[in-house]
Amino acid sequence: MIQPGAPAPKLSETAAGSLPLLACIALSAVLMVADHRGELSPHVRATLATAAEPLWRLAALPVALWRWSDTHLSRQEVLADENIALRRELQLRDAQIARLEAVAQENARLRELLGGKTGYRLAVRMAGIVEVDLDPWRQRVRLDLGSAEGVEVGQAMIDAGGMLGQVIEVSGRGATALLLTDANHAVPVQVVRTGLRLVAVGTGRSDALRVPNIPRSADVRVDDVLVTSGIGGRFPAGFAVGRVVRVGPDESRLFLEAEAVPAARIDRGREVLLVMRGDPEGPVGPPEDGP
Amino acid sequence: MNRAAPFWLRFGSVMVGLLALVLPLPAPLDELRPYLLALVLVYWALETPGGGGIAAAWLVGLLADVLAGTLLGEQALRLAVLVFLVQRFRAQLRFFPAWQQAAAVGLMLLNDLVLMLVLRGIAGAGLPPLGVLLAPLLGTLLWPWVFLLLDALRLRHRERTGRR
Repeated sequence: MIQPGAPAPKLSETAAGSLPLLACIALSAVLMVADHRGELSPHVRATLATAAEPLWRLAALPVALWRWSDTHLSRQEVLADENIALRRELQLRDAQIARLEAVAQENARLRELLGGKTGYRLAVRMAGIVEVDLDPWRQRVRLDLGSAEGVEVGQAMIDAGGMLGQVIEVSGRGATALLLTDANHAVPVQVVRTGLRLVAVGTGRSDALRVPNIPRSADVRVDDVLVTSGIGGRFPAGFAVGRVVRVGPDESRLFLEAEAVPAARIDRGREVLLVMRGDPEGPVGPPEDGP
Repeated sequence: MNRAAPFWLRFGSVMVGLLALVLPLPAPLDELRPYLLALVLVYWALETPGGGGIAAAWLVGLLADVLAGTLLGEQALRLAVLVFLVQRFRAQLRFFPAWQQAAAVGLMLLNDLVLMLVLRGIAGAGLPPLGVLLAPLLGTLLWPWVFLLLDALRLRHRERTGRR
């Protein structure tokens, strides 16, 4: 604001005042474009993440403290009850696994007969989720394992329910993972009932996936189960992704679009499993047709 | 007499602001999270004249970007613009009564929100959660308390060093 009596500000003065701001805007613009296009060296983010690590841990402290007091100060009867419930659950699971074991053996034998090589070997490692709220626009979590523990960019992340996401950034003592439901995430899937291959993309909401571009002639129904197809080689095949809850025409009316509920407990788990990349599982993609 | 605010108070308040960015909150409150870091930076921009504020805000914003997982440079840009605005209207803002000052801060937070929506729109993010629109209002209501608390801490420190 210019007072009536005061001399008008010189052009050089105003320019000097906004120069730092212009420099900051330019720097930010360059950084944002580079980051958005994924052209920023991974070292830059990893180094910055190492600097931010103590703050993440500090922010997670209240919840960790709450959990600790919850287990250490709760009454013995409550713990005993929980123990019994867990025991029952474990017994049930054991029985189911014993049955699955038999099926797996039979499956392996049949595959041998067919000469197939792709198996469902699985090496996993448990990682804890650091309890911090990252930006609510993006579906991400922070894990407490890093490159020191052998975590790599691109590793698939699962929980007891199914696919959860993938690791997108690794620093020394932690990693950031993108969830299945992030708007920037897509995963190749397959309908279990028909074998139809599709792509499921995130919506930004933690309870919904979108499956666009389904041909009108395709057979997709409500309650169809989607599993990872393994195409692309990033996710191992056969993990549950979601269940279709709605099928309808998309905006162009040329294709169908389905909505699915993720199989994994996206916003509830405290621990996740990282699928370690062991030996490569043979060729990736659909099997070639025999002669 | 040492008139400058002590380093620990500046550093500590910015750290608290950064922590408030990622502190876990229950699901519905998560979207309403007030931008405490912006309030803290507005306070320091009001209290300390001179240059360097914008660059400092930019660096703090960069750290906030890494911490919250936003696009690198987004919060840095927003905070730099915010501090620039405060420095521009510093003379007026400092002598406003509390409610008027809070209203002005609310307007700046609203401006910040618009800037954020534009930046994210360009980056191709989806629609914002509705609660985000209420966050500036919460920030406005929070401002007088942030101001009083930081002022009290600063004045107490000044009195103590003055007596010595």
